[in-house]
This record gives sequence, C-alpha cells and structure tokens, in this order.
Amino acid sequence: MAFRDGPFESLKVPLAWTAAAVVVVAIIASVLMILADRRHDAAGDGYGPVRAGFDGAAGPVNGVLAWPVRWAGNATDYVKGYFFAVSENRRLRAQVAELEPWRDQAIALKNVNGRYEAMLGLRTEPPVAMATARSISESRGPFVNARLLDAGASRGVRIGNPAINEHGLVGRVVGVTGGVSRMLLLTDVASRTPVLIDRTDARAMLSGDGSGNPKLEFVRGVGAVQAGDRVLTSGDGGGFPRGLPIGVAARGIDGSWRVKLFSDRGAIDYVRVMLFQDFGQLVAPEALNPRPLAGLATAPAPTLEAAAAISDSAARRNRAAAASGPGPAE
Amino acid sequence: MAVRVVGPTQWVFYPALAVIAITIVLATPVELFGFKLPEPVLPLVLAFAWPLIRPSMVAPAVLFGLGLFLDLFWGGTLGLWPLCLLSVYGVVLASRNLLAGQETQILFVWYAVCALVAFVLAYLVVTVASGRAPSLLSLLGQVVPTLLLFPLADWMIQRFDDGDVRFR
Repeated sequence: MAFRDGPFESLKVPLAWTAAAVVVVAIIASVLMILADRRHDAAGDGYGPVRAGFDGAAGPVNGVLAWPVRWAGNATDYVKGYFFAVSENRRLRAQVAELEPWRDQAIALKNVNGRYEAMLGLRTEPPVAMATARSISESRGPFVNARLLDAGASRGVRIGNPAINEHGLVGRVVGVTGGVSRMLLLTDVASRTPVLIDRTDARAMLSGDGSGNPKLEFVRGVGAVQAGDRVLTSGDGGGFPRGLPIGVAARGIDGSWRVKLFSDRGAIDYVRVMLFQDFGQLVAPEALNPRPLAGLATAPAPTLEAAAAISDSAARRNRAAAASGPGPAE
Repeated sequence: MAVRVVGPTQWVFYPALAVIAITIVLATPVELFGFKLPEPVLPLVLAFAWPLIRPSMVAPAVLFGLGLFLDLFWGGTLGLWPLCLLSVYGVVLASRNLLAGQETQILFVWYAVCALVAFVLAYLVVTVASGRAPSLLSLLGQVVPTLLLFPLADWMIQRFDDGDVRFR
C-alpha cells in the first residue's frame, strides 16, 4: 500500500501551523540557551569547546580578509611618509627636543626610586612577558565589542590576559583556542576594569556600555576627578598590572564621568597581550606568607660568656630585691 | 517552457549563505578617516521576508542557525539573536494575512516595527545579562544600517513571493 493511500491521506496540517510550531520550539530553545549562558564565568570553563572551535575556524577566514586591508593601510602609510617627510621631520625634531629633559628626569627618578626600593626592601612587580598579535575581526555593535586576535594558547595567551597597544590598554582576553583568542574591549557592556585617577589616587570602576567612551563609576572621594585627569589601571583585584594607561577623564553628555580612551587614537591593529594572570604568578606563594615574627628565630644562640652574664645579672637583681624588703612571691 | 521550481535552496539556503558571507566581510577591521564599517543585523531581513514569501518549517530552523552564528561570531550571549530573529519571524507569520499584497511603504513601516521589537528585546536581554544598559547612541548605530537594508527584503519578497508555480 502506498503512503498516499494510507490513513494519513486526509491529514492536512496548514503550512503556517507547522512553521509556527517550529518557531515556538526554537524560541524556547533560545531562551534556555540564554539562561544557560556562562560566557563570562571567571573560572574560564564557560568558554566552551563550541565557541573555541568556532573562533578557531573564523580566525583564518577573517585573517585572509584582513590581509588586503592591512596591505592597503601600509601602502598608504608608505606614500604618506614619502610625501610628508619634511614636515614630519620638523615635528619629530621639536618632539625630541621637548622629550629630552623628560628622559633625563626619568633616568634620575628611576635611580632615586631604585635606592628607595632597596632601602625599604620593596617587592616590585617583575617585567611581564608579552605576545604580539594582530586583530583579525571585530564586532562593534551596542551589545558586543570584541576582537579576534591571531595569537592563542600556543603562544602562551590565557584567559584574563590584558591586551595593550602602543597608546594604552585595549581590553582583556576572554576566550582562547590554539591559534586564535577573543579579546573583550574596554567598551563592551560586560567589561569592568578597576582604575585609579593619577592626580588624586582615587579609585573607580571603568565600565563599558557599548559606546566609544566607557563610564567611570563608584568614584570615591569628593572632587576626586577633574576633566583631563589621567586614568590608569589600579591593579586592584589582581586582574591587571598597576599603572597601565587607559585614557583621560571627561564629562559625558549625560553629566556622568567618562573616559576618552588612549587606544582610540589610532586603529587597533597590532596589540600586545601581556602574559599576566594575577599577583600569584609574580612571586612564589610562600614568599607572600612568611611566618609571623620570623626574624626572632634567626637570632644566634648566646655564647657561654653571654649566658653567664645574663644569669649573673638575674641573680644580682633577685638578691637586691630580697634585701630591700618582701619581694613578690616566687 | 519548463516549469520553474523555486525551492528552499533558492529562497532559504542561498540567501542565508550570502548573509553569513556579508556578515564575515563586514567584521573586517577597517578604519578609514576614523569611520568603521557598519554592523547591521543582516538576518533580520530574512526574518521579515521569509514568512511573507511562504510559511515553511525550514526557514525558522535556518533562522535559528543564523542567530547562533551571529552570537558565536560576534561573541555575544548564546541564544540572544535566535530569540530576536524568531520573534520577528513569529510576528510576521502571525500578521501574514494582513501584510500579503500590501504596498512597499506599509511593508517598510512593518519592517521598522519588527526591527524595533527585535532590538528592544536584544537590549533588554543584554541589560539583564550584563547588569548594565548599553548606550542608546551605539544602539542607533546598529538600528539605522539595519533599517536601510529594507530594499533587500522588499526585493526578496517581490522575487520569490508566488515564484513557485505549485503555490498558485
């Protein structure tokens, strides 16, 4: 018996109803996926193999697309450099003259600072290793601001690593696969960065909202921020090293404090991923937890003469106390 | 003359592939004179056009896949764009009888309303998921390019609506 002759022959469901059923099922699946989304879990296992595999595949494709753009940019720079060499030379000479006193001052300060550190026994942060990467794709919408970088776990990049360009902090790595990693920009809605105001040492939280200029929130202290203040990472919480330049404080249209990012000064093309995780990697954990009063244990044992002198003075003190009257009960 | 059969390959799969390709190209990090490439939500065109062309079970399933692609490619909350796209598909499917055969201007108004619904939904989900409302100005930067894509949706409807003689 052919199928068409069977009992299902008279069963006809309108197309619109079947389509609606698929829509309802798919919407339910979407809502469940949103509820189950763990992409910003600090543990790092939220960035599952699906996302990692997808990034691994999308990376090379966008790398191919980004190549002609990069080539054209380099060609334009070359031509510009050729035609504007004289004015550029003049500008650079002026800049060198301006910067030379700063260099001398920096050397002097570094010297003084080194002495202070030696005198105080300060434990300073050692230099952080870096991995250079190129940005191969970007998402710029209101909901996501992220970039794919062409350096991944094979180059030592790990989730949480901060990324900087020549101007300042750009973002941090939120997903890593073998050769590609995803960097969340400071402007992303999910981005939160602990910062300090250089002038007043006031702390604040830099939180992105999808626009070009992230907001300064939870500013502590009255008059702690002025327009034009430099904003640096504070290093609080150990996610970023202290002192990375971020931008300049400015008032937004809505009256809130915002930050004009240094990294916006040029196209974010090459970035350097700082292979920095937290304070834990910088020193051995045992060094951070010395035993209390450990210095006392290092005193040498008394010599025979010293021991005799100590016992002699104690005996004399006891005799003097007995002669002067009733002493404390022993 | 041979009967021209326009199946799902023509009006579902090829446009879906084209949308994926254009989305990937638009993600190229280009900055010319301080301006970057726009980032419209291209599958919204399909979510609007497909239910008007013909109700089908394949289209919402492919739309779900396109939404997942957007989430994975842009790195957003997984499930965000499938929800928004399928909401638009559902709304247009429900209002199909009203919209069939309407003039282009009416369709555009309806397209704008649908796009607005999708973006408001996405805005709410992202606000709840990340604990902070995205900037409205940057939202506008994505809404406007998406609205400008309406001619594509209109062209698809003109091209494929009743394109299959079996449905006449």
